[in-house]
Amino acid sequence: MPDYFQSYAVVLAVAVAGAALVAVAFTAGRLIAPKRPLPSKLTTYECGIDPVGKGWAQSQVRYYIYGFLFVIFDVESVFLFPWARVFVKLGWAAVWEMGIFIGILAAGLLYAWKKDVLKWA
Amino acid sequence: MTFLAQASGSIVDQWVSSFWIALLIKAVAVLGFFLVAPLAVGYMEHKVLAHMQSRFGPMEAGNFHGWAQLVADGVKFVQKEDVIPEAADPTVFSLAPAVALIPYIVLFVTIPFSKTVFAENLDIGVFFLLAMSSVSVIGVLMAGWSSANKFSLIGALRAAAQLIAYELPLVLATAAVVMQAGTMRLVGITEAQGHYWFVATQPIGFLIFMIAALAELTRPPFDMPVADSEIIFGAYTEYTGLKFAFFLLSEYGGIVALSAIASVLYLGGYRALPGLPIPEPLMMLGKITVLSFIVIWLRATYPRLREDQLQRFSWLVLIPLTLVQIMVVAILKVAMR
Repeated sequence: MPDYFQSYAVVLAVAVAGAALVAVAFTAGRLIAPKRPLPSKLTTYECGIDPVGKGWAQSQVRYYIYGFLFVIFDVESVFLFPWARVFVKLGWAAVWEMGIFIGILAAGLLYAWKKDVLKWA
Repeated sequence: MTFLAQASGSIVDQWVSSFWIALLIKAVAVLGFFLVAPLAVGYMEHKVLAHMQSRFGPMEAGNFHGWAQLVADGVKFVQKEDVIPEAADPTVFSLAPAVALIPYIVLFVTIPFSKTVFAENLDIGVFFLLAMSSVSVIGVLMAGWSSANKFSLIGALRAAAQLIAYELPLVLATAAVVMQAGTMRLVGITEAQGHYWFVATQPIGFLIFMIAALAELTRPPFDMPVADSEIIFGAYTEYTGLKFAFFLLSEYGGIVALSAIASVLYLGGYRALPGLPIPEPLMMLGKITVLSFIVIWLRATYPRLREDQLQRFSWLVLIPLTLVQIMVVAILKVAMR
Protein backbone atom coordinates (compact mmCIF):
# COMPACT_ATOMS: atom_id res chain seq x y z
CA MET A 1 0.00 0.00 0.00
CA PRO A 2 2.74 2.60 0.77
CA ASP A 3 3.96 1.98 -2.81
CA TYR A 4 0.56 2.92 -4.10
CA PHE A 5 0.52 6.25 -2.30
CA GLN A 6 4.12 6.95 -3.25
CA SER A 7 3.45 6.53 -6.96
CA TYR A 8 0.47 8.89 -6.80
CA ALA A 9 2.51 11.33 -4.72
CA VAL A 10 4.53 11.88 -7.91
CA VAL A 11 1.33 12.67 -9.83
CA LEU A 12 0.35 15.16 -7.13
CA ALA A 13 3.85 16.69 -7.08
CA VAL A 14 3.81 17.27 -10.84
CA ALA A 15 0.33 18.80 -10.62
CA VAL A 16 1.61 21.16 -7.93
CA ALA A 17 4.64 21.98 -10.08
CA GLY A 18 2.30 22.78 -12.98
CA ALA A 19 0.16 25.01 -10.78
CA ALA A 20 3.33 26.74 -9.57
CA LEU A 21 4.39 27.33 -13.19
CA VAL A 22 1.06 29.00 -13.93
CA ALA A 23 1.18 31.04 -10.72
CA VAL A 24 4.74 32.26 -11.34
CA ALA A 25 3.98 33.15 -14.96
CA PHE A 26 0.80 35.06 -14.06
CA THR A 27 2.61 36.94 -11.28
CA ALA A 28 5.41 37.85 -13.70
CA GLY A 29 2.80 38.99 -16.21
CA ARG A 30 1.08 41.13 -13.58
CA LEU A 31 4.39 42.80 -12.68
CA ILE A 32 5.61 43.40 -16.23
CA ALA A 33 2.52 43.84 -18.40
CA PRO A 34 0.86 47.25 -18.75
CA LYS A 35 -2.66 47.79 -17.42
CA ARG A 36 -4.63 50.48 -19.22
CA PRO A 37 -8.28 49.45 -19.30
CA LEU A 38 -10.52 51.47 -21.63
CA PRO A 39 -14.29 51.01 -21.94
CA SER A 40 -14.01 50.15 -25.62
CA LYS A 41 -11.16 47.73 -24.97
CA LEU A 42 -13.24 45.82 -22.43
CA THR A 43 -16.26 45.27 -24.66
CA THR A 44 -16.99 41.82 -26.03
CA TYR A 45 -15.15 41.24 -29.31
CA GLU A 46 -17.40 40.66 -32.28
CA CYS A 47 -15.09 41.59 -35.13
CA GLY A 48 -15.24 45.33 -34.41
CA ILE A 49 -19.03 45.74 -34.53
CA ASP A 50 -20.76 46.72 -31.26
CA PRO A 51 -22.01 43.50 -29.64
CA VAL A 52 -25.69 42.69 -30.08
CA GLY A 53 -27.47 41.16 -27.08
CA LYS A 54 -25.62 39.28 -24.39
CA GLY A 55 -22.99 36.57 -24.74
CA TRP A 56 -24.73 34.25 -22.31
CA ALA A 57 -27.53 33.69 -24.76
CA GLN A 58 -29.65 30.57 -24.97
CA SER A 59 -28.28 28.15 -27.50
CA GLN A 60 -29.47 24.82 -28.69
CA VAL A 61 -27.10 21.95 -28.05
CA ARG A 62 -27.59 20.16 -31.32
CA TYR A 63 -25.94 16.91 -30.42
CA TYR A 64 -27.60 15.96 -27.15
CA ILE A 65 -28.64 12.51 -28.38
CA TYR A 66 -25.01 11.79 -29.15
CA GLY A 67 -24.38 12.96 -25.59
CA PHE A 68 -26.74 10.34 -24.13
CA LEU A 69 -25.20 7.59 -26.25
CA PHE A 70 -21.74 8.77 -25.26
CA VAL A 71 -22.45 8.39 -21.54
CA ILE A 72 -23.74 4.84 -22.05
CA PHE A 73 -20.73 3.77 -24.10
CA ASP A 74 -18.25 5.53 -21.84
CA VAL A 75 -19.53 3.58 -18.82
CA GLU A 76 -19.07 0.44 -20.90
CA SER A 77 -15.44 1.35 -21.55
CA VAL A 78 -14.83 1.55 -17.78
CA PHE A 79 -16.03 -2.05 -17.49
CA LEU A 80 -13.94 -3.03 -20.47
CA PHE A 81 -10.51 -2.25 -19.01
CA PRO A 82 -10.50 -4.61 -15.99
CA TRP A 83 -11.91 -7.31 -18.26
CA ALA A 84 -9.22 -6.65 -20.90
CA ARG A 85 -6.57 -7.18 -18.26
CA VAL A 86 -7.72 -10.68 -17.18
CA PHE A 87 -9.94 -12.22 -19.89
CA VAL A 88 -7.25 -14.56 -21.22
CA LYS A 89 -7.12 -16.36 -17.87
CA LEU A 90 -10.91 -16.67 -17.75
CA GLY A 91 -11.08 -18.21 -21.23
CA TRP A 92 -14.01 -18.56 -23.61
CA ALA A 93 -16.70 -17.82 -21.02
CA ALA A 94 -15.34 -14.28 -20.56
CA VAL A 95 -15.17 -13.76 -24.33
CA TRP A 96 -18.81 -14.79 -24.84
CA GLU A 97 -19.98 -12.65 -21.95
CA MET A 98 -18.22 -9.59 -23.33
CA GLY A 99 -19.55 -10.50 -26.78
CA ILE A 100 -23.11 -10.41 -25.45
CA PHE A 101 -22.44 -7.14 -23.59
CA ILE A 102 -20.96 -5.45 -26.66
CA GLY A 103 -23.69 -7.00 -28.82
CA ILE A 104 -26.43 -5.36 -26.73
CA LEU A 105 -24.67 -1.99 -26.95
CA ALA A 106 -24.13 -2.38 -30.69
CA ALA A 107 -27.83 -3.25 -31.09
CA GLY A 108 -28.66 -0.03 -29.24
CA LEU A 109 -26.45 1.95 -31.58
CA LEU A 110 -28.02 0.21 -34.59
CA TYR A 111 -31.49 1.05 -33.25
CA ALA A 112 -30.54 4.71 -32.80
CA TRP A 113 -29.21 4.74 -36.36
CA LYS A 114 -32.36 3.07 -37.73
CA LYS A 115 -34.54 5.57 -35.85
CA ASP A 116 -32.55 8.28 -37.62
CA VAL A 117 -31.69 10.17 -34.43
CA LEU A 118 -27.94 10.23 -35.12
CA LYS A 119 -28.23 13.64 -36.69
CA TRP A 120 -26.99 17.14 -36.01
CA ALA A 121 -30.54 18.18 -35.12
CA MET B 1 3.54 -12.72 -18.64
CA THR B 2 4.55 -12.61 -15.00
CA PHE B 3 7.64 -10.53 -15.76
CA LEU B 4 5.36 -7.67 -16.73
CA ALA B 5 3.86 -7.49 -13.28
CA GLN B 6 7.18 -6.74 -11.61
CA ALA B 7 8.36 -3.78 -13.64
CA SER B 8 11.63 -2.20 -12.58
CA GLY B 9 11.69 1.10 -10.70
CA SER B 10 12.44 4.52 -12.07
CA ILE B 11 16.08 5.50 -12.61
CA VAL B 12 15.63 8.33 -10.12
CA ASP B 13 14.75 5.84 -7.37
CA GLN B 14 17.90 3.86 -8.16
CA TRP B 15 20.15 6.91 -7.78
CA VAL B 16 18.47 8.75 -4.94
CA SER B 17 17.43 6.94 -1.78
CA SER B 18 15.45 9.78 -0.21
CA PHE B 19 11.80 9.70 -1.21
CA TRP B 20 11.32 13.46 -1.03
CA ILE B 21 14.41 14.36 -3.06
CA ALA B 22 13.39 11.79 -5.69
CA LEU B 23 9.92 13.35 -5.74
CA LEU B 24 11.41 16.80 -6.30
CA ILE B 25 13.73 15.59 -9.08
CA LYS B 26 10.85 13.83 -10.84
CA ALA B 27 8.57 16.87 -10.66
CA VAL B 28 11.28 19.19 -11.98
CA ALA B 29 12.26 16.74 -14.73
CA VAL B 30 8.67 16.31 -15.95
CA LEU B 31 8.06 20.07 -15.89
CA GLY B 32 11.36 20.66 -17.67
CA PHE B 33 10.49 18.18 -20.41
CA PHE B 34 7.08 19.77 -20.80
CA LEU B 35 8.60 23.23 -21.21
CA VAL B 36 11.08 22.14 -23.90
CA ALA B 37 9.28 19.51 -26.01
CA PRO B 38 6.18 21.57 -26.99
CA LEU B 39 8.45 24.45 -28.00
CA ALA B 40 10.40 22.08 -30.23
CA VAL B 41 7.16 20.86 -31.82
CA GLY B 42 5.95 24.45 -32.21
CA TYR B 43 9.19 25.36 -33.97
CA MET B 44 8.85 22.27 -36.14
CA GLU B 45 5.32 23.36 -37.05
CA HIS B 46 6.57 26.81 -38.11
CA LYS B 47 9.29 25.33 -40.27
CA VAL B 48 7.44 22.34 -41.72
CA LEU B 49 4.39 24.40 -42.69
CA ALA B 50 6.64 27.09 -44.15
CA HIS B 51 8.61 24.68 -46.31
CA MET B 52 5.46 22.87 -47.43
CA GLN B 53 4.23 26.25 -48.65
CA SER B 54 7.58 27.08 -50.36
CA ARG B 55 8.70 29.74 -47.89
CA PHE B 56 11.32 29.92 -45.13
CA GLY B 57 9.36 30.57 -41.95
CA PRO B 58 11.08 32.37 -39.04
CA MET B 59 14.73 33.12 -39.86
CA GLU B 60 15.80 35.99 -37.56
CA ALA B 61 15.39 35.18 -33.84
CA GLY B 62 18.47 33.39 -32.49
CA ASN B 63 20.28 33.80 -35.83
CA PHE B 64 20.30 30.11 -36.85
CA HIS B 65 17.07 29.55 -38.83
CA GLY B 66 15.04 31.42 -36.23
CA TRP B 67 15.31 28.68 -33.62
CA ALA B 68 14.52 31.11 -30.77
CA GLN B 69 11.32 32.43 -32.34
CA LEU B 70 9.02 30.75 -29.80
CA VAL B 71 11.21 31.84 -26.87
CA ALA B 72 10.90 35.41 -28.17
CA ASP B 73 7.14 34.90 -28.54
CA GLY B 74 6.98 33.75 -24.93
CA VAL B 75 8.83 36.85 -23.71
CA LYS B 76 6.46 38.97 -25.78
CA PHE B 77 3.35 37.27 -24.37
CA VAL B 78 4.45 37.99 -20.77
CA GLN B 79 4.62 41.72 -21.58
CA LYS B 80 1.20 41.87 -23.23
CA GLU B 81 -1.71 43.48 -21.40
CA ASP B 82 -4.07 40.97 -19.85
CA VAL B 83 -7.50 42.10 -21.07
CA ILE B 84 -10.51 40.60 -19.29
CA PRO B 85 -13.75 41.74 -20.97
CA GLU B 86 -16.20 43.54 -18.76
CA ALA B 87 -18.98 41.02 -19.42
CA ALA B 88 -16.77 38.01 -18.58
CA ASP B 89 -16.63 36.07 -15.32
CA PRO B 90 -13.07 36.99 -14.25
CA THR B 91 -12.37 34.03 -11.91
CA VAL B 92 -13.39 31.27 -14.31
CA PHE B 93 -11.88 33.22 -17.20
CA SER B 94 -8.47 33.26 -15.46
CA LEU B 95 -8.61 29.67 -14.23
CA ALA B 96 -9.47 28.20 -17.63
CA PRO B 97 -5.94 28.26 -19.16
CA ALA B 98 -4.53 26.48 -16.09
CA VAL B 99 -7.23 23.80 -16.26
CA ALA B 100 -6.42 23.26 -19.94
CA LEU B 101 -2.65 23.14 -19.39
CA ILE B 102 -1.96 21.24 -16.15
CA PRO B 103 -3.50 17.85 -17.17
CA TYR B 104 -1.11 17.68 -20.12
CA ILE B 105 1.85 18.29 -17.78
CA VAL B 106 0.65 15.62 -15.32
CA LEU B 107 0.18 13.17 -18.16
CA PHE B 108 3.94 13.00 -18.78
CA VAL B 109 4.48 11.46 -15.34
CA THR B 110 3.91 8.01 -16.72
CA ILE B 111 5.39 8.20 -20.25
CA PRO B 112 8.39 5.82 -20.35
CA PHE B 113 11.54 6.82 -22.25
CA SER B 114 13.32 3.55 -21.49
CA LYS B 115 12.93 0.61 -19.13
CA THR B 116 14.04 2.91 -16.30
CA VAL B 117 13.69 6.49 -17.58
CA PHE B 118 10.24 7.57 -16.43
CA ALA B 119 8.83 9.39 -13.43
CA GLU B 120 6.37 6.70 -12.37
CA ASN B 121 5.18 3.46 -13.94
CA LEU B 122 1.57 3.77 -12.70
CA ASP B 123 -0.39 0.54 -12.35
CA ILE B 124 -3.37 1.92 -14.29
CA GLY B 125 -1.02 3.45 -16.91
CA VAL B 126 -3.05 3.95 -20.09
CA PHE B 127 -6.27 4.59 -18.18
CA PHE B 128 -4.57 7.48 -16.39
CA LEU B 129 -3.30 8.86 -19.71
CA LEU B 130 -6.76 8.75 -21.31
CA ALA B 131 -8.34 10.36 -18.25
CA MET B 132 -5.80 13.18 -18.13
CA SER B 133 -5.93 13.86 -21.86
CA SER B 134 -9.70 14.49 -21.71
CA VAL B 135 -9.65 16.85 -18.70
CA SER B 136 -8.35 19.80 -20.67
CA VAL B 137 -11.62 20.05 -22.62
CA ILE B 138 -13.14 21.28 -19.35
CA GLY B 139 -10.69 24.18 -19.51
CA VAL B 140 -11.88 24.98 -23.02
CA LEU B 141 -15.53 24.82 -21.91
CA MET B 142 -14.74 27.12 -18.97
CA ALA B 143 -13.03 29.55 -21.32
CA GLY B 144 -15.91 29.54 -23.78
CA TRP B 145 -18.65 30.01 -21.21
CA SER B 146 -16.90 32.57 -19.00
CA SER B 147 -15.94 34.80 -21.94
CA ALA B 148 -19.61 35.82 -22.38
CA ASN B 149 -19.00 35.95 -26.12
CA LYS B 150 -21.22 34.19 -28.65
CA PHE B 151 -18.30 33.01 -30.75
CA SER B 152 -16.52 31.65 -27.68
CA LEU B 153 -19.65 29.79 -26.65
CA ILE B 154 -20.08 28.23 -30.08
CA GLY B 155 -16.43 27.22 -30.07
CA ALA B 156 -16.70 25.65 -26.61
CA LEU B 157 -19.84 23.72 -27.55
CA ARG B 158 -18.06 22.45 -30.63
CA ALA B 159 -15.12 21.38 -28.46
CA ALA B 160 -17.53 19.44 -26.25
CA ALA B 161 -19.09 17.84 -29.32
CA GLN B 162 -15.61 16.82 -30.39
CA LEU B 163 -15.02 15.16 -27.00
CA ILE B 164 -18.18 13.10 -27.51
CA ALA B 165 -17.04 12.10 -30.98
CA TYR B 166 -13.40 11.18 -30.40
CA GLU B 167 -13.32 9.89 -26.84
CA LEU B 168 -14.93 6.50 -27.50
CA PRO B 169 -12.83 5.44 -30.50
CA LEU B 170 -9.74 6.50 -28.53
CA VAL B 171 -10.70 4.53 -25.43
CA LEU B 172 -11.93 1.44 -27.29
CA ALA B 173 -8.83 1.30 -29.51
CA THR B 174 -6.66 1.55 -26.40
CA ALA B 175 -8.66 -1.24 -24.74
CA ALA B 176 -7.78 -3.53 -27.67
CA VAL B 177 -4.08 -2.81 -27.07
CA VAL B 178 -4.46 -3.53 -23.35
CA MET B 179 -6.10 -6.83 -24.29
CA GLN B 180 -3.19 -7.84 -26.48
CA ALA B 181 -0.53 -6.71 -24.00
CA GLY B 182 -2.30 -8.09 -20.93
CA THR B 183 -1.26 -5.09 -18.82
CA MET B 184 -2.09 -1.42 -18.40
CA ARG B 185 1.40 -0.36 -17.29
CA LEU B 186 3.15 1.51 -20.10
CA VAL B 187 6.50 -0.21 -19.57
CA GLY B 188 4.66 -3.53 -19.68
CA ILE B 189 2.88 -2.63 -22.92
CA THR B 190 6.21 -1.61 -24.47
CA GLU B 191 7.96 -4.79 -23.33
CA ALA B 192 5.07 -6.87 -24.71
CA GLN B 193 6.02 -5.57 -28.18
CA GLY B 194 9.34 -7.41 -28.07
CA HIS B 195 8.76 -9.51 -31.20
CA TYR B 196 6.65 -7.11 -33.25
CA TRP B 197 5.00 -3.73 -32.81
CA PHE B 198 1.26 -3.73 -32.19
CA VAL B 199 0.76 -1.64 -35.33
CA ALA B 200 1.50 -4.88 -37.19
CA THR B 201 -1.41 -6.73 -35.55
CA GLN B 202 -3.78 -3.77 -35.12
CA PRO B 203 -3.17 -1.44 -38.08
CA ILE B 204 -6.83 -0.38 -38.12
CA GLY B 205 -6.66 0.34 -34.41
CA PHE B 206 -3.61 2.54 -34.99
CA LEU B 207 -5.41 4.47 -37.71
CA ILE B 208 -8.51 4.95 -35.56
CA PHE B 209 -6.34 6.05 -32.65
CA MET B 210 -4.53 8.65 -34.75
CA ILE B 211 -7.79 10.02 -36.21
CA ALA B 212 -9.34 10.26 -32.75
CA ALA B 213 -6.18 11.83 -31.34
CA LEU B 214 -6.25 14.50 -34.07
CA ALA B 215 -9.85 15.27 -33.15
CA GLU B 216 -8.95 15.43 -29.48
CA LEU B 217 -6.19 17.92 -30.22
CA THR B 218 -8.64 19.96 -32.35
CA ARG B 219 -6.00 19.90 -35.06
CA PRO B 220 -6.88 20.18 -38.75
CA PRO B 221 -8.85 18.58 -40.37
CA PHE B 222 -10.79 18.57 -37.07
CA ASP B 223 -10.22 22.18 -35.97
CA MET B 224 -13.87 23.24 -36.04
CA PRO B 225 -13.75 24.54 -32.42
CA VAL B 226 -11.23 27.21 -33.44
CA ALA B 227 -12.35 27.63 -37.06
CA ASP B 228 -10.96 31.12 -37.58
CA SER B 229 -12.95 31.87 -40.72
CA GLU B 230 -16.29 31.23 -38.98
CA ILE B 231 -16.04 31.88 -35.24
CA ILE B 232 -12.92 34.11 -34.89
CA PHE B 233 -10.86 31.82 -32.62
CA GLY B 234 -13.53 29.81 -30.83
CA ALA B 235 -13.22 29.62 -27.07
CA TYR B 236 -9.94 31.59 -27.11
CA THR B 237 -11.39 34.68 -28.83
CA GLU B 238 -11.27 36.94 -25.76
CA TYR B 239 -7.88 35.78 -24.52
CA THR B 240 -4.71 37.87 -24.71
CA GLY B 241 -1.12 37.63 -23.58
CA LEU B 242 -0.03 34.87 -21.20
CA LYS B 243 -3.41 33.19 -20.90
CA PHE B 244 -3.62 32.84 -24.67
CA ALA B 245 -0.04 31.54 -24.68
CA PHE B 246 -0.98 28.84 -22.18
CA PHE B 247 -3.77 27.62 -24.43
CA LEU B 248 -1.27 27.44 -27.30
CA LEU B 249 1.22 25.63 -25.05
CA SER B 250 -1.43 23.10 -24.07
CA GLU B 251 -2.15 22.46 -27.75
CA TYR B 252 1.50 21.73 -28.53
CA GLY B 253 1.89 19.80 -25.28
CA GLY B 254 -1.10 17.77 -26.42
CA ILE B 255 0.59 16.95 -29.73
CA VAL B 256 3.66 15.68 -27.87
CA ALA B 257 1.48 13.75 -25.40
CA LEU B 258 -0.72 12.04 -27.96
CA SER B 259 2.30 11.21 -30.16
CA ALA B 260 4.00 9.69 -27.13
CA ILE B 261 0.91 7.64 -26.22
CA ALA B 262 0.50 6.43 -29.80
CA SER B 263 4.15 5.39 -30.03
CA VAL B 264 3.92 3.47 -26.73
CA LEU B 265 0.69 1.73 -27.71
CA TYR B 266 1.45 0.89 -31.33
CA LEU B 267 5.04 1.64 -32.31
CA GLY B 268 6.94 -0.21 -29.62
CA GLY B 269 7.62 2.86 -27.46
CA TYR B 270 11.30 3.09 -26.60
CA ARG B 271 12.20 -0.24 -28.25
CA ALA B 272 14.69 0.15 -31.07
CA LEU B 273 14.47 -1.68 -34.36
CA PRO B 274 16.61 -4.83 -34.27
CA GLY B 275 20.19 -4.09 -35.35
CA LEU B 276 19.90 -0.35 -34.76
CA PRO B 277 22.19 0.66 -31.87
CA ILE B 278 20.19 3.75 -30.89
CA PRO B 279 19.76 4.52 -27.16
CA GLU B 280 16.21 3.90 -25.95
CA PRO B 281 15.30 7.50 -24.92
CA LEU B 282 16.45 8.76 -28.34
CA MET B 283 14.35 6.08 -30.04
CA MET B 284 11.29 7.25 -28.11
CA LEU B 285 11.99 10.91 -28.94
CA GLY B 286 12.44 9.95 -32.58
CA LYS B 287 9.04 8.23 -32.71
CA ILE B 288 7.38 11.21 -31.00
CA THR B 289 9.00 13.50 -33.58
CA VAL B 290 7.83 11.40 -36.53
CA LEU B 291 4.23 11.25 -35.27
CA SER B 292 4.23 14.99 -34.47
CA PHE B 293 5.49 15.62 -37.99
CA ILE B 294 2.56 13.64 -39.40
CA VAL B 295 0.13 15.69 -37.27
CA ILE B 296 1.62 18.90 -38.71
CA TRP B 297 1.73 17.46 -42.23
CA LEU B 298 -2.03 16.75 -42.10
CA ARG B 299 -2.64 20.40 -41.23
CA ALA B 300 -0.97 21.44 -44.46
CA THR B 301 -2.88 18.83 -46.45
CA TYR B 302 -6.55 18.53 -45.54
CA PRO B 303 -9.41 21.06 -45.45
CA ARG B 304 -11.60 21.37 -42.36
CA LEU B 305 -14.51 18.97 -41.81
CA ARG B 306 -17.90 19.97 -40.44
CA GLU B 307 -18.78 19.06 -36.86
CA ASP B 308 -21.74 16.88 -37.85
CA GLN B 309 -19.54 15.03 -40.34
CA LEU B 310 -17.13 14.16 -37.54
CA GLN B 311 -20.02 12.94 -35.35
CA ARG B 312 -21.44 10.71 -38.06
CA PHE B 313 -18.02 9.40 -39.04
CA SER B 314 -17.23 8.57 -35.43
CA TRP B 315 -20.52 6.86 -34.54
CA LEU B 316 -21.15 5.00 -37.78
CA VAL B 317 -17.59 4.06 -38.77
CA LEU B 318 -15.00 4.36 -36.00
CA ILE B 319 -16.97 3.01 -33.02
CA PRO B 320 -18.43 -0.06 -34.81
CA LEU B 321 -14.94 -0.81 -36.17
CA THR B 322 -13.36 -0.64 -32.71
CA LEU B 323 -16.10 -2.86 -31.24
CA VAL B 324 -15.43 -5.46 -33.95
CA GLN B 325 -11.72 -5.15 -33.32
CA ILE B 326 -12.16 -5.79 -29.58
CA MET B 327 -14.08 -8.99 -30.30
CA VAL B 328 -11.55 -10.16 -32.92
CA VAL B 329 -8.63 -9.58 -30.54
CA ALA B 330 -10.53 -11.37 -27.74
CA ILE B 331 -11.26 -14.43 -29.86
CA LEU B 332 -7.74 -14.67 -31.34
CA LYS B 333 -6.10 -14.12 -27.97
CA VAL B 334 -8.07 -16.88 -26.25
CA ALA B 335 -7.81 -19.23 -29.23
CA MET B 336 -4.00 -18.91 -29.27
CA ARG B 337 -3.69 -19.15 -25.50
